[in-house]
Amino acid sequence: MSTTKPPGERPGRTDARTVTRATTRAVRTPGGLSLRLDVRSGLVVLLLLAALCAMSVILIGRGDFPMAPGDVIATLLGNGTAAQEFIVQDLRLPRILVGLLVGAALGVGGAVFQSISRNPLGSPDVIGFGQGATVGALTVIVVFQGGSAAVAGGAVVGGLLTGAGIYLLAWKRGVHGYRLVLVGIGVAAMLTAVNHYLITKASLVDATRAVLWMTGSLDGRDWAQVWPLLAVCAVLIPLALGHGRPLRMLEMGDDAAYALGVRVERTRLVLMGAAVLLVSVATAAAGPITFVALSAPQLARRLTRSPGPNLGPAAAMGALLLLVADWAATSAFGDRQLPAGVVTGVLGGCYLLWLLVTERKAGRI
Amino acid sequence: MQRLAAETVTLGYDQRVIARDLSVEIPDNSFTVIVGPNACGKSTLLRALSRMLKPSQGRVLLDGAAIHSMPAKKVARTLGLLPQSSIAPDGITVADLVARGRYPHQALLRQWSPEDERIVEESMASTGIGELADRYVDELSGGQRQRVWIAMALAQQTPLLLLDEPTTFLDIQYQIDVLDLCADLHETQGRTLVAVLHDLNHAARYATHLIAMREGEIYAEGPPAEVVTAELVERVFGLRCQVIDDPETGTPLVVPAARRARHTVPVGPAE
Repeated sequence: MSTTKPPGERPGRTDARTVTRATTRAVRTPGGLSLRLDVRSGLVVLLLLAALCAMSVILIGRGDFPMAPGDVIATLLGNGTAAQEFIVQDLRLPRILVGLLVGAALGVGGAVFQSISRNPLGSPDVIGFGQGATVGALTVIVVFQGGSAAVAGGAVVGGLLTGAGIYLLAWKRGVHGYRLVLVGIGVAAMLTAVNHYLITKASLVDATRAVLWMTGSLDGRDWAQVWPLLAVCAVLIPLALGHGRPLRMLEMGDDAAYALGVRVERTRLVLMGAAVLLVSVATAAAGPITFVALSAPQLARRLTRSPGPNLGPAAAMGALLLLVADWAATSAFGDRQLPAGVVTGVLGGCYLLWLLVTERKAGRI
Repeated sequence: MQRLAAETVTLGYDQRVIARDLSVEIPDNSFTVIVGPNACGKSTLLRALSRMLKPSQGRVLLDGAAIHSMPAKKVARTLGLLPQSSIAPDGITVADLVARGRYPHQALLRQWSPEDERIVEESMASTGIGELADRYVDELSGGQRQRVWIAMALAQQTPLLLLDEPTTFLDIQYQIDVLDLCADLHETQGRTLVAVLHDLNHAARYATHLIAMREGEIYAEGPPAEVVTAELVERVFGLRCQVIDDPETGTPLVVPAARRARHTVPVGPAE
């Protein structure tokens, strides 16, 4: 048996080696601290963040009162005129922030669930959390005629109850991927029926309000939506990112993760709880925005080419997808503006088709 | 007192009891192999020894302390396990997978020390996969892949290593290859190995200590030369056979009796 490194490598493997060596870098401090960084993932995140900044400036500058990007930046830095300040701070910035936070929350939520279920289809909008949050919101609209804060609260409660229900139904000595996806799809179908029922029972005014809410949109979002969303994201996104390493170990199977000293059930429960809460709060703020949670983690993964849940890149990608969808929804169709949820639905549908075709070609379904 | 032992443990899943009041000690620095027919509880015992299955009664002791009340990462620095089935994440390279074995030695702000790097290189070298470092795990053969998993368990740097059927699903040449590797690890690195094996002849050839289980109980244990007898094979596996000296190694070799001589056989032969 060979116990030494081979003297030479076959030609053709050499570049592969340089590529791998170049993509993972260790950063070490004299105090013995060290970080293992994937250079490509880092670059992807930086580029996505740059795109997010650019997109935000463009979106803030657009509208009935257009502003040049320079003016937008100056105003954001506090050097604008009073009118500019009002337009940016009070009207347009909160909408963009809601978009960024909702997108990031959906990206992280999707990445966590796809990683735990080891299935690109195991994402919150496919397995019923979006529908559950919608049931909560519609119940408040139709049954209690509640205000917008109550509707948001209803969405969060609905999402959390659905999450708990699916966890209990799918739980059998740990949650398993296929089980989670199958149970989730069943639950999603039932909840959709409940939503239709609620709408048929509603008065015309309530039904209009319900349908408007169900399309998912960033229209008219203000600071009242930003603060609770920001608070939840500020706690849960770092929490999820902090659990990224054990989550990566979980992808090798529960046994392998146990063997490496991962507290399997606890890690999974914390991450699923955080993901369900993030998705519920995002849905509460913007309505059910479909397919961002499904596609952001997969797109991020294809860009980073890195195994594992890619939580950080998925968050940035989710935010970018939502801003792009919002931009397309409000500008690509002339005067007829669409809600962002419609655009993500169309884009996501195309992506889902592509995913199904490639998965089928790869022989995985 | 040995480093790893089970003390009157009752093991089972849900309501089904598989083993009752089982006690066993794993001799330090041994290559212990557990054998027995299907459903005799050998994998269950290994799961209990590796902390993955909590006994409903009794306890598993690691260095004198109850393993289930020890911190998970601390256990993982002393006791490694090669599970029966692990999933290689899509698009992961050999070096990255082996590096994951360092997890119990790492922390959020200590992710990749020079020691981690050195041990990963050494683990790949001692399993003979150094030249595969940058290959994708999905493109390797079954035998190579099993070496990668073993290298990952080695990178964990545990004095005790448990292997759950490490040769299952491998072609015969890879089975021998993996067992040779285990014997090397045992002899040259002085690690204590515990493996569950299906093939009695492999067990007899490689083990320094053999545990034969039947119906959740330990039927016999000791050096293979003393344990593997025609009587034991018939009692434990329900197979009539001759036991001869292995012409290559002199260890016991089980030769099943010819079909006519066996008439009725309650249990199939060892797989």
